[in-house]
Amino acid sequence: MMLIPCPWCGPRNEIEFHYGGQADVRCPADPQAVSDEDWATFLFFRDNPKGVFTERWSHVAGCRRWFTVRRDTDSNRVLPSEGTQQARTVTT
Amino acid sequence: MAPRTPGADLPEHPTWLWHSPDPKSSYDVVIVGGGGHGLATAYYLAVNHGITNMAVLEKGWLAGGNMARNTAIIRSNYLWDESAGLYEHALKLWEGLEEELDYPLLFSQRGVLNLAHSLQEKRDSVRRVEANRLNGVDAEWLDPQQVAEICPILNTSEDLRYPVLGATWQPRAGIAKHDHVAWGFARALDRMGVDLVQGCEVTGFERVGDRVVGVETTRGPIRAGKVAMAAAGRTSVLTDTLGLRLPIQSHPLQALVSELLEPVHPTVVMSNSVHVYVSQAHKGELVLGAGIDSYNSYSQRGAFHTIEREMAAAVELFPMFARAHVLRTWGGVVDVTPDASAIMGMTPFENLYVNCGWGTGGFKATPGVGWCFAHTVAHDEPHPLNAPFSLERFTTGALVDEHGAAGVAH
Repeated sequence: MMLIPCPWCGPRNEIEFHYGGQADVRCPADPQAVSDEDWATFLFFRDNPKGVFTERWSHVAGCRRWFTVRRDTDSNRVLPSEGTQQARTVTT
Repeated sequence: MAPRTPGADLPEHPTWLWHSPDPKSSYDVVIVGGGGHGLATAYYLAVNHGITNMAVLEKGWLAGGNMARNTAIIRSNYLWDESAGLYEHALKLWEGLEEELDYPLLFSQRGVLNLAHSLQEKRDSVRRVEANRLNGVDAEWLDPQQVAEICPILNTSEDLRYPVLGATWQPRAGIAKHDHVAWGFARALDRMGVDLVQGCEVTGFERVGDRVVGVETTRGPIRAGKVAMAAAGRTSVLTDTLGLRLPIQSHPLQALVSELLEPVHPTVVMSNSVHVYVSQAHKGELVLGAGIDSYNSYSQRGAFHTIEREMAAAVELFPMFARAHVLRTWGGVVDVTPDASAIMGMTPFENLYVNCGWGTGGFKATPGVGWCFAHTVAHDEPHPLNAPFSLERFTTGALVDEHGAAGVAH
């Protein structure tokens, strides 16, 4: 079980978290204006790297807030945060 | 029942079933991935389409990835016409495969029960049974009493937290010995002169414009008329080198076995709600699986809390399993799609074909995949059975949503 670093509660067991997949996936500002390809990309296509992945986690059994983690998907090692990136929420 | 020696019906050691040649510099067809799907595709390319100047390239050892790690369940009771067509075709091939390969696969049609634990699940299950029947797939809806007759060790009492309200029953479903399936295909391929190259990892592609003309490997470049990918959880790593994005996510999927027990479990039981599937292997291990670990990973291992939950579900459904011991747990890397259906067909690159996205349920489709993917590669167009499983469906919106029939159980 991984230790996930919640920026508000500190490192906690993975079982307290919900996984949110790739970070920084933005909904197109005007869904009606994008092509079918771009809409499909937004809905279904995510990066799937073997290596460093920037991803979302939600501390559902704790503070219930979303945050971003950089993790190596090969070793499952959580990488040091890049300052402000870590506690960023999805809404800007 | 007369006592029998465990393993008495096992075939000879696989070491002598195939050679492990060095790769040649060029082939008509190169298959990336020496698992079940890669081997079956090569087999039907040779048998149905006469292509034998071919290599199957495997980064590790033959059938050592998900083909060695699955729970060996075979069934075809999927909801939609597209899936029923493909999986039922596979099941029909399974029914003749031991004879076809002249090799013991321990294919045992002991049936599968898919349990329903809520009214909604009951309605969905009955709907699936009717859909199966319309597609010529054997299926019945059973009430709890009938379920108990088929599987007496299952707890069908009403005082469960999630009582068994009934189950779908597919009598022709069952299990096979997964390793033997791979060995059977491999032996046949070796005899037909197909190169099964182990310890040869494909790291990229050689291309001329949008045409793929070969692969780069850890054992040097290999030219190929056509390249067919059957690399499961590692597909993205390869297609990323082409800038080709696929709608798949790689996750750990775990399974476990108990120590060897006397035969107690007569069938296969799957439960989407309480999240476990259980059968008993010929040798006697209880074989348990459940859902994926939630996060993306290529690490071939998962977290213990996932299997703890799955064992809790198993003990709830089968109280007698509380006294069994876990012998071994393991993980594989599975590639999951947004609609829980596979991707099989053409790519935007000429002479490159992809078969991936089988997620947690690729084993049961092995011969069907081989048959259809071989057709796709040989004719440069999809077989009618895999045409609906194109990459384009994510853009057109014609998804094949099998979360209900596949979700956990897949």
